[in-house]
Amino acid sequence: MSILIDKSTRLIVQGITGRDGGFHTQQMLSYGTKVVGGVTPGRGGESIHGVPVFDSVVEAMAATKANASVIYVPAPFAADAVFEAADAGVGLIVCITEGVPVRDTLAAYHHVAALRESNGGVRPRLIGPNCPGLISPGLSKVGILPGQICKPGPIGLVSRSGTLTYEVVHQLTHAGLGQSTCIGIGGDPVIGTNFIDTLAMFEADRQTEAIVLIGEIGGSDEEEAAQFIRRRVKKPVVVFIAGQTAPPGKRMGHAGAIVSGGSGTAAEKMAAFQAVGVPVARIPSEIPALVAAALSRRRTGRSAQATSARKTRSTANGTRTKTGSRASESRDASRSTRRVAKTASRKRR
Amino acid sequence: MNLHEYQAKELFARHGLPVLPGQVATTPEEAREVAHSIGGTVVIKAQVLVGGRGKAGGVKLAHDPEEAAEKARDILALTIKGLPVRKVLVAKAADIAKELYVAIVLDRAAKQPLVMISAEGGIEIEEVARQTPEKIVRHLVGAGGLRSYQARALFQPLLRDGKLVAQATDILLKLWTVYRDGDCSLAEINPLAITPEGQVLALDAKVILDDNAEFRHREWGTWRDPDEETPGARLAREFGLSYVKLEGDIGCVVNGAGLAMATMDLVKHYGGEPANFLDIGGSSNPDKVTAALKIITGDSHVRAILFNIFGGITRCDDVARGIVQSLETSPLQIPLVIRLTGTNEDLARKILSEKGLAATTSMDEGVRTVIAKAQEVAA
Repeated sequence: MSILIDKSTRLIVQGITGRDGGFHTQQMLSYGTKVVGGVTPGRGGESIHGVPVFDSVVEAMAATKANASVIYVPAPFAADAVFEAADAGVGLIVCITEGVPVRDTLAAYHHVAALRESNGGVRPRLIGPNCPGLISPGLSKVGILPGQICKPGPIGLVSRSGTLTYEVVHQLTHAGLGQSTCIGIGGDPVIGTNFIDTLAMFEADRQTEAIVLIGEIGGSDEEEAAQFIRRRVKKPVVVFIAGQTAPPGKRMGHAGAIVSGGSGTAAEKMAAFQAVGVPVARIPSEIPALVAAALSRRRTGRSAQATSARKTRSTANGTRTKTGSRASESRDASRSTRRVAKTASRKRR
Repeated sequence: MNLHEYQAKELFARHGLPVLPGQVATTPEEAREVAHSIGGTVVIKAQVLVGGRGKAGGVKLAHDPEEAAEKARDILALTIKGLPVRKVLVAKAADIAKELYVAIVLDRAAKQPLVMISAEGGIEIEEVARQTPEKIVRHLVGAGGLRSYQARALFQPLLRDGKLVAQATDILLKLWTVYRDGDCSLAEINPLAITPEGQVLALDAKVILDDNAEFRHREWGTWRDPDEETPGARLAREFGLSYVKLEGDIGCVVNGAGLAMATMDLVKHYGGEPANFLDIGGSSNPDKVTAALKIITGDSHVRAILFNIFGGITRCDDVARGIVQSLETSPLQIPLVIRLTGTNEDLARKILSEKGLAATTSMDEGVRTVIAKAQEVAA
C-alpha cells in the first residue's frame, strides 16, 4: 500500500507540450507511471512521448478514464488548470507550478474544497501549488521527484520543500529505510493539502510504519500538526524544521517561508513538537537514526503486544489471529481520519 | 514587495480613500516648496521600508516652509535600522481626536483574508496583539467578499457615532478593494485618525504586494525603488535567484529553498555563521552560477564559499560546468568547497577534478570543511 498514488493511478499531464511538462512526462513514464494523456489547448491530436494530447481535460477524461492530473502550466494559468481538472471530475490534482498568486490559489482551493464537501461523485484533492509532487516508490510517481533516490519501504515522508526532501529521502535510503510514499505539499502560504491531511492518510496506511515530517518557518501548519499527532497519530513521527537561522521579516525563497510579526519561527515549531513528545532532529543527518530507533521501538512494542494479545485472545476466543487485530486497528484509524476530516471542515466554516 | 508610504497613499487615493495632500521630497529645498504649496502645518516623514520611524526621529512636524526645510534636512541625514533616508514625505498635518488600527491580511490557517481592527491605533499592532489581544476585533472575509453590513458591525461598537461609522465603513470597503484587486499580502492603515471635526482619515499607509501577481500589474515595476536595493539583491532579481544577506562569513550557494535554509542551519550547528541565503533554483544555467558567485563575492565579509547541490532534476554535471566556466572568467580569491550528490555526480566530479577542484558527497562534511577554511582565512 501507499497513499494517494499506486499502480492504479492513471495520470494526465496538463501542460504536456511545454518544456517542463514534456521532460517530466518522459521521466514519469520511464519510472513506470501510467501517463494516459496530456492536455494543451489547441494541440489536441498530437502525441508527446507516445502519449495522446487533448484540447481539454474533459476530452482527456472521456478518452482515458484518468483519475489524477499533474499541472505544469505557467503561473498565470495554473489556477485555471486546477478549476478545469476539478470540474472535469479528476480525483487527485497535483499542481507543480511555482509563482501562482495567492489570490488565484485561494479561489482554486475553495472551489476544490466545495466540490469535496458536496459529496456527489468524485471528491477532488489538490496538492500544491509550488510543490515537487509525490512518489510511491516502485509503484508510481507524479511530479518532479527523482525516482532513483527512493526505495520501497515503511517510511511515509511529508515536506514543504523540494530538494530538502530529496536530501532526506536519499539519506533514508542510504540507511536502508525505504519509503511508502514521499509527498511534497508545497512552499506557498496557501496549499491544497496540509500536514494534518497527510498525517491522517499515513496513519491509516498499512504499509507506513513511521512518518518523517519536514517543516519550515512561516505559518502555523507545523503547530497544528503537533496537536494532531498528540490526539490522532499512533505511529512514530520524526520531525525536522528548516530555517532555524532565518532572520525575521525576510522571505526565504518559498513564498510561505517567512517569520512575520514574530510568529512562525523554527524555534516555536520545534518546541510545539517536543512538547507532544515528537523527536525533533537538529540537523537532517540525525533523521535516519531517529527513524530507525522509533521503528525498532514500535516493532518491539507491537510484537510484544501481539504476543500478549494472542495469549489473552486464545484463552477468550481461539479463532482470532494477529492479522485480525491489525485489520481492526486499521479500521479504527480510518474512522478517526473521517472524524478529523469532519472537524476540520466544521472549523473552516 | 513592500511599498513606501507615499506609494501606498497614491494607491489609496486612486481608490478614493481619504488621504491628506502630500508629496515626496529628496532635498530640504524640495521639502520647503512642497510645504509652501500645501500651506499651514505639515508633517515630514522618512520614507524607508522599516517600522518604527517615529521612534527613530524620522517623523516631525513643521509649522512653516522654513521649518519644513530644516526638519527635512535633519531626517534626510538619518539612518534608520541600517537604511539611509533618501526621501521624505511632506504631507498636511491633521489634528487627531482618536486613532484606530485597520488592516487586511491573509489568514494562512483559515485560508481567507482577515480584517483586523483595533481601538488602539498609532502603535505597533504586534504590541497590542501581545499585551491586549482582546482589543483586536477580527473578521474573516468569506467567498462573497466583504459586505458593508459586516464592516458597519465592526466599527459600531468602537465609534458609535453614526456619521463616523459610515465614513469608517466606506474606508474599509475601499481598503478591501485595494487589497483584493491590488493583489496585496497586507493593506494597513495605522492610524486611521478621527479629527476633532469628525473627519475620518488614513494618516499612514502600509502595503505589501504579492510578488507572484506582478504579471498582471504593470505599474509595479515603476514602484520598485532601486535605491532600496543592494547591488547583490538587484543582481539576484535580474537572474531570478532568491537571495537574503545575513551577517556571517560563510557564503552559501544552494539549489532549492528548503535545502538552502537547512544548509544555513547546518553552518550554524557546526559553529559557523552563514553569510547569506541563496537559492539558485532548479536550473543549472551557468549564468546563474556566475551571478551567484558574483553576488557572494560582492559581500566583503565572506571568507569562504560552499556550494551545496542535490542533483535530482538538476544535473550535477551542469552545475560543475557552470562553476568551471565562472571560475575561468573570474577566478576566486577565497576558498571554495563543493558538495554534489545525485544525478550525474561522477561526471561532475570528473569535470571538477580536471580543473583541480574536489567535491564531497556529504552535506555535513562540506559544511565542516568550509567552516575550517574560513577560519584559516581569518587567522
